[in-house]
Amino acid sequence: MNKYSVHIHGWLLLLPAAALLALFTHFPAVATLYHSFFSNPRKGREAAWVGLENYRVMIDDPVFWQSFANNLWFALGTIPLSIALALLMAVWVNGRIAGKAFLRIAFFTPTVLPMIAVANIWLFFYTPQYGLLEQLTSLAGLPSHNWLGSRDTALACLVVVTIWKEAGFFMIFYLAALQGMSPNLAEAAAIEGAGRWYFFRRVTFPLLMPTTLFVLVNAVINSFRLVDHIVVMTRGGPDNVTSLLLYYIYDVGFKFWDLAYASALTMVLLALLGLLAIGQFVFLDKRTHYQ
Amino acid sequence: MSAISVQQVSKHWAAARAVEDISFEAEAGAFVVLLGPSGCGKSTTLRLIAGLESVTSGRVLIGGVDVTALPPSKRRISMVFQSYALFPHLSVAENILFGLKVRKVAAAEQRLRLAKTAETLGLAQLLERKPSQLSGGQQQRVALGRAIIAETQVCLMDEPLSNLDAQLRHDMRREIRALQQALGVTMIYVTHDQTEAMSMADRVILLRAGRVEQDAAPADLYARPASVFAARFIGTPPMNIIALADGAQGAVIKGTQEGVVYRGPGGGMLLGVRPEDIQLVESGVAAKLEAIEYLGADSILVCKAGTETLIVRAQGKVARAPGTAVQLAWPREAMHIFEAASGARRDDVLVAAGVAA
Repeated sequence: MNKYSVHIHGWLLLLPAAALLALFTHFPAVATLYHSFFSNPRKGREAAWVGLENYRVMIDDPVFWQSFANNLWFALGTIPLSIALALLMAVWVNGRIAGKAFLRIAFFTPTVLPMIAVANIWLFFYTPQYGLLEQLTSLAGLPSHNWLGSRDTALACLVVVTIWKEAGFFMIFYLAALQGMSPNLAEAAAIEGAGRWYFFRRVTFPLLMPTTLFVLVNAVINSFRLVDHIVVMTRGGPDNVTSLLLYYIYDVGFKFWDLAYASALTMVLLALLGLLAIGQFVFLDKRTHYQ
Repeated sequence: MSAISVQQVSKHWAAARAVEDISFEAEAGAFVVLLGPSGCGKSTTLRLIAGLESVTSGRVLIGGVDVTALPPSKRRISMVFQSYALFPHLSVAENILFGLKVRKVAAAEQRLRLAKTAETLGLAQLLERKPSQLSGGQQQRVALGRAIIAETQVCLMDEPLSNLDAQLRHDMRREIRALQQALGVTMIYVTHDQTEAMSMADRVILLRAGRVEQDAAPADLYARPASVFAARFIGTPPMNIIALADGAQGAVIKGTQEGVVYRGPGGGMLLGVRPEDIQLVESGVAAKLEAIEYLGADSILVCKAGTETLIVRAQGKVARAPGTAVQLAWPREAMHIFEAASGARRDDVLVAAGVAA
């Protein structure tokens, strides 16, 4: 085989994946960027070049800013807790305990369930009057509360659902990493008299850093692209307190049919996620020990 | 210095009996090797002494104190693992200092002991490196460093040399022995390599299927193996184990009529003779030379007498052709008699035959 046919061979092997990637990822991203510089096409009115007009509108859009702030709170509420919980569960089911297999499955179940079904189950928990939460609080003699209907608790309710769902998923990664660690390390530390917490702090946690970094990037991305739970449970309400960025984009694009503005919003979200991912890798990579 | 006493220790996992009623003593400052094939329970025994596993029954005493119920950290021991168990994200210095930091030893003393340890093991240039930047031999030294900086009086080693190449293993054998003697620690050393056991140990405890097969000094283990298993485990090539039969005038090699081995019944008995004890002579036990393997300093001769195969180790090059007849002989004191059924040593047979006193 000569030099050229080797290259052609290689490109041909890459072609299916590259074509799919280009068709469904790269092209839509570039097209979205392109559309974000045009006005929204309507019946009898072609899309016209408007430059940065859509972005200017965004700066003056209170719902965008509210969604943005909601999303920050949502990320802050879900990411640290779900990661900490995942780590805790992984360390727990990695140890010598009875019913280990059952616990692992139990922790992972939320990830396997369809999101819409999950949202419906939680919707029942939060329902006023006869929901599970209401039944429990009424047993305790507490006054009735509309969890998803109240401005104060709606976002927190979504945070709880997300933590419940994400922690099990992240646990699998931590568990895999823990299983890869030699039990001799713990034994060597035990002989030196290191307690469990000391060993975790000085050995387990640092050795899990690559996993933590991976999980963190995923958690950040997930927290900015939640949409299904909101559609089922709150539809962004009440009063936009549960409207997150992607849900707002969905609303603008497919309810108000303002595709141009939705494109501009999408670009902002993409840029934000890109920046976050790069920042995490650059910042944390230096502190991470890879095997 | 601390002596170690293992008293009737057993370890069972569900149906598996890893260690069954093992007892032995290690005098203070002694180098004791636990030797045996894989699965004989030697590593488990070491882990029971370390406290990494709990005993099913029996007691472990270190320095006269019953440590059976104590956690590993309270047993005042150090341990080197087969995998070295170095912390991959910590530097060599941090790895060695790990235990001192846990025990909150003063920083000044940490520095002092680190410097001393690093110098002893020749690690001074490598202290800032990570384990992944070290060769296998250097990693081994770091593991040793972590054990000796603790300055405990008992050191446990679980096949520490098995991941090294042959040359390095040879050097480390001497080094570990020298280190043990210089520090005066009591060492329990697990290996499946009889060369390591013979060259390093003050005492060898040979294990088989979770039980002590023989507990003796290397020289005694070689000179007076207690069973066929012990006889075959020590020596390269291992001892010849030859089936005997009843002949007209006494015991003969199975399948032959002439050449009486000793006067007495031979049926159901095994004769053990080390290859290096057999000589080629003018008249002795008749055998046929089947193959010669020349090794330089000596040659290994494969001979057949009756149904039995005898390995002979002769000095230098042997000028005989395979297929020719040879005559073999061995001194009386080189004979070991075992019972075929139980494998046990039967000196009484030789005494009765008037061969041994």
